[in-house]
Amino acid sequence: MSAVYNSRCPAIEARGLYAAYQDQPVLSDVSLSLPQGKWTAIIGPNGAGKSTLFNLLIGNLAPLRGELRVFNESAAIHRRAGHIAYMAQRENMEWDFPISVRETVMTGRYGLMRNDPLWRRLLPQRWSNPAHAEAVAAALEAVDMTSYARRPIGALSGGQKKRVLLARALAQQANILLLDEPLAGVDSPSEALILDVLDRERKSGRTIVMVTHDLPSTRRYADQVLLINRVVVGAGSPAAMLSDAMLARLASGQTPLPDTEGIHYAA
Amino acid sequence: MPLEAWGDALIDGLIALLMALVNLLPDTLAAPFEYRFMQRALLTSILVGAICGMLSCYVVLKRWSLLGDAISHAVLPGVAIAYLLGWPFFVGAFLTGALTSLGIGAIERHTRIKSDAAMGLMFTGAFALGIVIISKIATSTHLLHILFGNVLGVQQSALMLTLVAGIIALLCVWLAYRPLLLYAFDPQQAQALGFNTGMIHYGLILLLTLTIVASLETVGIILVVAMLITPGATAHLLTDRFPVMMAISVTVGVVSAVVGLWLSVALDVASGGTIVLVATGLFFLTLVAAPRHGLVVRQLRRL
Repeated sequence: MSAVYNSRCPAIEARGLYAAYQDQPVLSDVSLSLPQGKWTAIIGPNGAGKSTLFNLLIGNLAPLRGELRVFNESAAIHRRAGHIAYMAQRENMEWDFPISVRETVMTGRYGLMRNDPLWRRLLPQRWSNPAHAEAVAAALEAVDMTSYARRPIGALSGGQKKRVLLARALAQQANILLLDEPLAGVDSPSEALILDVLDRERKSGRTIVMVTHDLPSTRRYADQVLLINRVVVGAGSPAAMLSDAMLARLASGQTPLPDTEGIHYAA
Repeated sequence: MPLEAWGDALIDGLIALLMALVNLLPDTLAAPFEYRFMQRALLTSILVGAICGMLSCYVVLKRWSLLGDAISHAVLPGVAIAYLLGWPFFVGAFLTGALTSLGIGAIERHTRIKSDAAMGLMFTGAFALGIVIISKIATSTHLLHILFGNVLGVQQSALMLTLVAGIIALLCVWLAYRPLLLYAFDPQQAQALGFNTGMIHYGLILLLTLTIVASLETVGIILVVAMLITPGATAHLLTDRFPVMMAISVTVGVVSAVVGLWLSVALDVASGGTIVLVATGLFFLTLVAAPRHGLVVRQLRRL
């Protein structure tokens, strides 16, 4: 891992976060604290703002108000340092792109390549720092895709594509893994493999934050569950949060929206 | 000025190199290139083919064909205004091209107008402005040359501009190879890895504008769009590797430029149009016969 942090400080912390897409409020007064080295599952109905939270973390969207901290610093610092790996949920990705499985996973290292000496960065891949190739090989091995390394990315099945995207996040060797529905549209062998890989990553000290709809795997693996439906409905252990009562409250959105007067939901 | 002398020397060197190659050809093929203006036209065409071929990969993969069309049309008022003010034409061309692409981005982002409408609206407006100004100040021959190119009449200064643009484009693509690749493939990931995607986006648009301005005298602003789409599209049918795609695309650009130029002289027809027709021909040939993504192979696979 590229840096050591005081284990007391949360990996991700938000205070009074508001966010909107094109005048539509998505997150209201969200405060949360996700501990380091734990597996946090984020659960909520569609349109509840789960992916928005990730978009704020990866800098795709700026919050209207409130604070978002990563290891007690601004998220931008840790994005540039390569501490945040992100696996998006992709139905609309450009799969026709002329790129191999190996190079796709290698793009996870592109941020870290900024630290390489200039001459290495100006040369083709084969002369780049061997650490990158090693990390890519290990990541492909972890998701059992080594034999597909030279295939074009578009030639893979849905589950294989997910595994490649997971490998890309792993290759970054980041402290924090943000995973947006890594199990959606995946067959059950791939699902078991993905969960197993993530479990190992967590045990090696990484922080896992995963948006999911899959309750059985959440009960089994997650250390903490965050219920979100535009506001934080609840946060706590899987047993407490996945009770029938809490899930019913999450679905009905019973928690009233806080007073939003004075907040300008401008895009 | 020593800088200009260097440039002239560089161009002379490149032309000498080219002529050494041309002289290897049979006399019937090499004959037209005895003339200095043909040599300049050849070098300009090769440079334009190569730069357009390189940028074409990004245009095709990022689905920027319409944006390329928009910028190329938006260059016209800049040429006209530069002519009015006595500026070098590429300064005006670059300014209005860049301004229009910024305007398109602003309309897209801040209104409910969709991007294709924003582009159509901005570039036709800019183009119309160009037509109106030119109708007042210049003859229709000038307009035709800007619209459709006049590679046989290329001056040393225009050749120099193309050369400089080519060097800048090559350096940018080389130095920012990985950020550009990642941005084209997966902009969200580029953002997550802390790349400044806004800078990459506008940098690529400026590069596109530069390429168009540099191609102005060769194929003209109407046909440059073809050179920004066809080589990349052809290459995309032939490979699943980005660096290979770029190599093929540059090759297609250069081959169409050279063959098109020669054919246009041999047949005494318009050079810009012939260059584009050769590129289009190469595309259809590839479309039919490409080893993996071609129509023939697809049909065979279905049997």
